[in-house]
Amino acid sequence: MSKRLLEVKGLTKAFGGVVAVSEVDFHLNQGEIVAVIGPNGAGKTTLFNMITGVLPPTSGQVFFDGKELTGKQPYQIAEAGITRTFQNLQVFENMSVIENVMTGVHCRLKTGFLQAGLRLMGVKKEEQQAFDIAMSCLEKVGIADLAFEPAEVLPYGNQRLLEIARASASSPQLILLDEPMAGLNPQESRQLVDIIKKKREEGMSFLFVEHDMETVMGISDRIVVIDYGKKIAEGTPAEIYENEKVIAAYLGTEDEEEAI
Amino acid sequence: MNHSRVNDLYNRHYGGLFLFIVVLAIVPFFVNSFFLSVLILVGLYAIVTTGLTMLMGYAGQISLGHAAFYGVGAYASAVMTGTHGMPGIVGVLVGVILSIVIAVLIGIPTLKLKENYLALATLGFGIIIFTFFKELKEITGGLNGFFGIPSFSLFGFSFDTDLKFYFLIWVLLIIGILFSKNVIDSRVGRALRSIHGSDIAANSIGVNIQQYKLKVFVLSAVYASVAGSLYAHYVTFINPNLFTAMESINFLIMVVIGGSANIWGGMIGAIVYVLLNELLKDIVPVFFPNVGGEFQIVFFGVLLVAILIYMPQGLAPTLGKLWGRLVGRKSKKQAVTGPPNADATVGGSK
Repeated sequence: MSKRLLEVKGLTKAFGGVVAVSEVDFHLNQGEIVAVIGPNGAGKTTLFNMITGVLPPTSGQVFFDGKELTGKQPYQIAEAGITRTFQNLQVFENMSVIENVMTGVHCRLKTGFLQAGLRLMGVKKEEQQAFDIAMSCLEKVGIADLAFEPAEVLPYGNQRLLEIARASASSPQLILLDEPMAGLNPQESRQLVDIIKKKREEGMSFLFVEHDMETVMGISDRIVVIDYGKKIAEGTPAEIYENEKVIAAYLGTEDEEEAI
Repeated sequence: MNHSRVNDLYNRHYGGLFLFIVVLAIVPFFVNSFFLSVLILVGLYAIVTTGLTMLMGYAGQISLGHAAFYGVGAYASAVMTGTHGMPGIVGVLVGVILSIVIAVLIGIPTLKLKENYLALATLGFGIIIFTFFKELKEITGGLNGFFGIPSFSLFGFSFDTDLKFYFLIWVLLIIGILFSKNVIDSRVGRALRSIHGSDIAANSIGVNIQQYKLKVFVLSAVYASVAGSLYAHYVTFINPNLFTAMESINFLIMVVIGGSANIWGGMIGAIVYVLLNELLKDIVPVFFPNVGGEFQIVFFGVLLVAILIYMPQGLAPTLGKLWGRLVGRKSKKQAVTGPPNADATVGGSK
């Protein structure tokens, strides 16, 4: 198997007395698609927020491509090569579609205030470069024809695609998708699955949180299952499908009925 | 794919600007001295509001403290030229450096705050600086004011008439607007707007939001400081009451009137504000002989609310559309949505 890209060791987050994520370990190899699943409130989004630097972990470490990322700011993590999409869409509604994606190219470019303000040499070249990269990202998700539309008028499904185009514009090695299928109709879901698969062929890796089991089972190489903040299982889709702990976590066991 | 379409992204045609400059160059020869002084005031305010438009309209960070930077520039110039007899440019530079230092010191803690909290923090900052102007009597003259600021001169050329000063201010304003426009139509501008759009998403794709907020805050402070310096030279007498929180709110009103997400908005707002203000001074006493300046506050308060409700984008987009119709070209807003004849089938998969 290829090299380990992401390695999470003993990651823990406590909000006061509530431990949202506890001692979670897992890894992701280059080119893999790994799903994180678990019942609502299991701590998946908290886990995501720690990996992307939105929340500092209480303890534990995150390694990416051999470097430690624990405690870094989100923008530094993006520079290191991890970007993300959001469960509740975070499209820049004050920009056009193409500008959204051009903003995604941000960390590959250099223009600063003074250079831009004086329109020095190189600014125009960078603008063209950003535009070309953004356009090709939009083409890959199939919404290049909407490039000049204001992002806010896009239907929900296309806004999701836009977020993926924006997240991939900096050519990250890993993209984290937070419930990418939420709110999509079956046709849009299939389209998104195809896009993810195609991007993986290009060498991109994905870590995603998802409730839609059909998608999870269909595209994941491995699945990490979290319940009450703890990792309870890890394995291939077939293994997870058979795992009794997972079945118990989702369907409940008889003595747990009352707790639910 | 047609690569030239990057040019459709931002309206960077300068035909309109050229025409505008021609008008600006002719106007002062056809107006009386009072109106010329009004135009100078418009230009000074517009320099401040152009900087503020970048901060508020594009980056979405509200400041209610920019009169303080206006004042820092004014007092720096007053003290450097008036007290110490230094050349005008020294005063401007001292003001700019002081403003940068203050903006960094204030910006680092306050720009972590959001919306209302940021507005309150900057309001408080403005009041603190006002107190300094008032209490540092040995330097500023306190509430008695600072008298006898010499006229501005640059490389031996003295801007000692209103006409000369008019050209100085408006040339500077146009340079300021062009600089801002260049910043906005670039990687930096998109980063600023992304903070306004969604700071969490901006951060997640690699925009160092704290740094960008700080830099645009500093830049807007520099604009205000330069305008303040020149204001001091123009009026030759300043006192702390010119730089109160109310003045900061006036700047905010101008930005909102003009349109906070348009680089010309600051200037349009300054024009409308100053002209309306002068008009009110003439008209109000005719109908209500006994009311004072409070009437203006009420009037602009109501106007602010009305614009926020009915024209949240301000006047600039409307004027832009009119201009577009006038010259038969697409206004910026329409250019963003794409030219209708563009080949809309670039790799689309529906």
